[in-house]
Amino acid sequence: MADIPSPVTRPRQALGLGAGRVKDTLLSRSVVAPIAAVIVFLILWELLVWANGWPDYVMASPSDLPPAYASYWDLFLVMGWQTLWRTVVGLAVAVVFGVAVGMIMGFSRTMRDALYPLLVGFNAVPKATVVPIVALLFVGAHDFNTVLIAFMISFFPIAVSVSIGLSTLEPEYRDILRSLGASQATIFWKIALPKTLPEFFGALKVAVTLAFIGTNLMEIVSPHGRGLGALFDSGKTNSDYPLMFAVLIALAFLGIVLYYIVVALEKTFAGWAERSPT
Amino acid sequence: MSHLIDIRGVTHAYRTESGPLPVLDGLSIAVPEGGFTAVVGPSGCGKSTLTRLIAGLMIPDEGEVRLHGERVTSPRSTVGMAFQNPVLLEWRTILDNVILPLEIVPTKLKRREKEERARRLLSLVGLDGFEDKRPSELSGGMRQRASLCRALVHKPEVLILDEPFGALDAFTREDLWQTMHQLRAEETFTSVLITHDLRESIFLADEVVVLSGRPATAQYKLPVPDTGLRTLDELYTAEAAERLNILRHQIEIAQGRAEPTDTASQPAPPPGSAAQALT
Ligand SMILES: Nc1ncnc2c1ncn2[C@@H]1O[C@H](COP(=O)(O)OP(=O)(O)OP(=O)(O)O)[C@@H](O)[C@H]1O
Ligand SMILES: [Mg+2]
Repeated sequence: MADIPSPVTRPRQALGLGAGRVKDTLLSRSVVAPIAAVIVFLILWELLVWANGWPDYVMASPSDLPPAYASYWDLFLVMGWQTLWRTVVGLAVAVVFGVAVGMIMGFSRTMRDALYPLLVGFNAVPKATVVPIVALLFVGAHDFNTVLIAFMISFFPIAVSVSIGLSTLEPEYRDILRSLGASQATIFWKIALPKTLPEFFGALKVAVTLAFIGTNLMEIVSPHGRGLGALFDSGKTNSDYPLMFAVLIALAFLGIVLYYIVVALEKTFAGWAERSPT
Repeated sequence: MSHLIDIRGVTHAYRTESGPLPVLDGLSIAVPEGGFTAVVGPSGCGKSTLTRLIAGLMIPDEGEVRLHGERVTSPRSTVGMAFQNPVLLEWRTILDNVILPLEIVPTKLKRREKEERARRLLSLVGLDGFEDKRPSELSGGMRQRASLCRALVHKPEVLILDEPFGALDAFTREDLWQTMHQLRAEETFTSVLITHDLRESIFLADEVVVLSGRPATAQYKLPVPDTGLRTLDELYTAEAAERLNILRHQIEIAQGRAEPTDTASQPAPPPGSAAQALT
């Protein structure tokens, strides 16, 4: 009796799961699982196209992509880089501006009441309508225009999250430091800023994706031969459908990379806010 | 008579959208050095407002608050505060949370000495071994202990406690009362405790002040003779029962549920104490 392992512990022992192994398993799960999901997705896509007998001008299949990448590889690198840096610069401006506006609205009720409707209205305007206006306003300044749209589309969630984070700070947090004679700046650095970081990173994850959409919107709606959006557009004019799909996949890839960079930053600076895995 | 905390004729009103809201009206309380005064009163009568005035977070409309004879016009680093909400910072360890005030107030202590001071306090309240934990890993009672350590780490002259045990269950609360007595034995501070719990007030304080309803004034002061080391058993003596009765009655008056002139139902002052009605 005694040497029969209980049903609960047996599988663990059979797999030899020690404390160190559990960590390996978690790691391989976080790496293997998403890769498996991508592979399954590609297979289903291929099957779908094959089963319907769609030609590539209706829907390209994954097997059309490698030739497309192979023949335009240099363009992908150049244009991908253009899209990437303009997105990142737009996002960076959005962070600086969004945090500044968020701080103003977070600390002053009057400013919050005054700015909120303006901000909401600004955000509600479809950016596709702003693109031609901006393109006409700054004719020829393609990089500037693209960064501007990426910024405009992505700063809203950052401003809102920072203002909410700051304005919902419980008064006791402030009082603990204020009663010791701490300055407003000290209270901001020691308490308000760190306490707002989780909200900020939550918004940044949304903003990253939005900034990408902004960059591509500019590149596609107002083509000027730069960025992945331009490559997409040339695929369209040349009826090169596999190229168009290849661009979409490349955009998705860049989006994923940027997103996970933000996640890594979040882990570093606001990891404390994460619930420990259970 | 030198009092460390001297609140003289303090009157204060909040400016609200529907006009001024008078909260305190000619309130006077004095606490001698090393004293421990409990303040009880109806909900919303202005107790937290009083703590903010003592801490210098607000300046009263009329009257003045003096600490060591010096008029309080702004916050000062010789004050420590703890609230019902322990407000520990989740991104800091318990040790770093306790050290926080030492990062604000001017001090010559080195980092190592600050840590030693914090560790000593944590061990005094029974939190050895929890220094490196995050606040969320502690129970409510433990968090409140850590919050008390943070309030005391910079050796404040004045400790202001605004219902620090209000959200705890009865047993944890009684544990913390004992901890409070230990802290008082080991550290030197003068304290004002806001509480809703009458048993807590007579167990911890040398004097209990009953505030009237809003706008609040000191309606009644009950001295609690120091009996040396206090044990929970003392809460179940006839003397304690009488004190609780007096306080209960005074609260009822403050709430407007009993007549101040209704002396028939007012119990006689307990023997050996000089209870005096102020109204
Ligand atoms: N900043 C403020 N502005 C306007 N009114 C306030 C403000 N703070 C408190 N008040 C009001 O002043 C009154 C007294 O508040 P205070 O917090 O001092 O009461 P309290 O005795 O601590 O109450 P409780 O027993 O609920 O803790 C309440 O009616 C409250 O609504
Ligand atoms: Mg209160």
